[in-house]
Amino acid sequence: MALIGATSKNGARARWALLDFVVVVYALVPVLWIVSLSLKSKETIADGNFIPRSWTLQNYVDIFRTSEFLRALVNSIGIAIIATVIAVVLGTMAAYAIARLDFPGKQVLVGVSLLIAMFPQVSLVSPLFEMERSLGLFDTWPGLILPYITFALPLAIYTLSAFFREIPWELEKAAKMDGATPAQAFRRVIAPLAAPGVFTTAILVFIFCWNDFLFAISLTSTEASRTVPAALSFFTGSSQFEDPTGTISAAAVVITVPIILFVLFFQRRIVAGLTSGAVKG
Amino acid sequence: MAEIVLDKVTKRYPDGALAVSDVDITIADGEFIILVGPSGCGKSTTLNMIAGLEDITEGELRIDGQRVNERAPKDRDIAMVFQSYALYPHMSVRENMAFPLRLAKVDNATVTKKVEEAAKVLDLTQHLDRKPGNLSGGQRQRVAMGRAIVRNPKAFLMDEPLSNLDAKLRVQMRTSVSKLQRRLGTTTVYVTHDQTEAMTLGDRVVVMRGGLVQQIGSPQSLYEQPKNLFVAGFIGSPSMNFLPATLENGEVNTPLGAFPLTDRVRGLVEAANAPREVIIGLRPEHFEDATLLDDTERSRGGTFTATVEVLESMGSDKYAYFTLEGDAATSAELDELAADAGSHDTGDAGSQIVTRLSAASGAAEGAEAQVWFDADKLQVFDPGDGRNLTYAD
Repeated sequence: MALIGATSKNGARARWALLDFVVVVYALVPVLWIVSLSLKSKETIADGNFIPRSWTLQNYVDIFRTSEFLRALVNSIGIAIIATVIAVVLGTMAAYAIARLDFPGKQVLVGVSLLIAMFPQVSLVSPLFEMERSLGLFDTWPGLILPYITFALPLAIYTLSAFFREIPWELEKAAKMDGATPAQAFRRVIAPLAAPGVFTTAILVFIFCWNDFLFAISLTSTEASRTVPAALSFFTGSSQFEDPTGTISAAAVVITVPIILFVLFFQRRIVAGLTSGAVKG
Repeated sequence: MAEIVLDKVTKRYPDGALAVSDVDITIADGEFIILVGPSGCGKSTTLNMIAGLEDITEGELRIDGQRVNERAPKDRDIAMVFQSYALYPHMSVRENMAFPLRLAKVDNATVTKKVEEAAKVLDLTQHLDRKPGNLSGGQRQRVAMGRAIVRNPKAFLMDEPLSNLDAKLRVQMRTSVSKLQRRLGTTTVYVTHDQTEAMTLGDRVVVMRGGLVQQIGSPQSLYEQPKNLFVAGFIGSPSMNFLPATLENGEVNTPLGAFPLTDRVRGLVEAANAPREVIIGLRPEHFEDATLLDDTERSRGGTFTATVEVLESMGSDKYAYFTLEGDAATSAELDELAADAGSHDTGDAGSQIVTRLSAASGAAEGAEAQVWFDADKLQVFDPGDGRNLTYAD
């Protein structure tokens, strides 16, 4: 009996392992392909081998030599961080109000933010382009930060209000009874418990801003505010006839790394069930 | 330590719903007072108003003679234990208990000393560095108590603190809550829907119904002298038996038969200007197996014969259940109690009565039994407004 049980358990484990493997390969092959391309020398770039025959870091050296890429990287980092901070701060306050208070127009607010989240962004590109040009925001940092905040806020509010709803309200009452002012109750009890939610939201918003191509390509025209995804499309080789595949791949790898680091670094903070034990349940 | 006075305190919600109306309670320094009633009776709202978690619409709340209506909870120096315990999950047990002291900016050495003292009292010393998530229900409950006692507040408020525990632990914790309160001598207001907790814990009990205080008194006085049908039916387990009856020529005509009223009862009923149609109430322990009594005792009450429907032997006593023919007693109060107990619409015709007989009784299920009751213990109620016509101050 035990033997049969063990075998069928092993069988199930093998099937799961196979399935996991397929999923991981499916997801990672394109990424690894890009990494592989970025490490190939110019001569072997089109040879179709998965593992480069001649390894080189020349592509990386090249992109960091051009101001084109460095400037775009600075723009990307700056714009994404500023937009994330503003969206998360505003989103935290709005989500806390939505989760905890009953105020007139709450349903409308939630409805409108859902509407914004569903709105096709491409339909807004032309009006935004015209508006930003007449307002002098075109091709500036605020010109990208503003639409990013607009589209990131609904996401932030939704994610965060779900987290705030998880926090038992009695904890806040208990803090008040223990002698805390409303600000102390928020800072010492609610905020630490909401931290995983805030980090999760920050990561989602940051990735949204970091990956955006549509607004970046439409609302910028020079290096002043062009972000990396847009800048990639302007890459050229050293001569007109040179194929920039290697440098584009290297740049793609470079802008993927911060996202991976970001998620790995904060992964430990995004632990579910942090509030368990607050109340019986 | 403090005296808490509720002076005509009223809570009305913005939608006009009246949650608590004109509550007058004077809680003496060091007293253990219980607010009890079915769910929705306003007991928790009253507690939250004392705590400062809900605004008082009208009336005045005084702690130590000072009006505190407008003070924030933190300025009232009151500690509260919540039904859900509301422990801070990101802090260790030690930090949970130290939290009120840290907010009060007490120095570290004193915090450590006080937390350790409280932990010793509550038997939590070995759990101080654990997180609430790893504790059992009873331990969490003790941490919640610990957080309340560390800063020696003027008063404790407890909102059904034991209702999340299993039955056995609840009885244990009940005794320890009681001991703790005696030892600390701190004024305590305790909310519960469980009449057993109310009877066993409190110096005085406040029975509430629909936002109104029904009666305030010691557990014994509520039991013996309920002011109305609601209190009579709510206090006591098994609860009082109610039967419809008519008063005529000094006799009471009931489904058990017609019996003369005793002089004491008749005097009270006449003084109260009783209507003809009444509801009578008899506690289960005021019945006895008639065959076990001598004649002089039997003459002090009435006897009736009925078929025992169910007999529960508890060892020390026997509970015999009878169903009597005729209509059951009806009134708004009794309907509400039935709804609260969930015994609504059981569909039984007639009225059921529960009697507690001595263990020596020979009563058997399905057989007839002759049962005596103490006529002097009879309580008479007005079905119209529910008041107790035999209530004597």
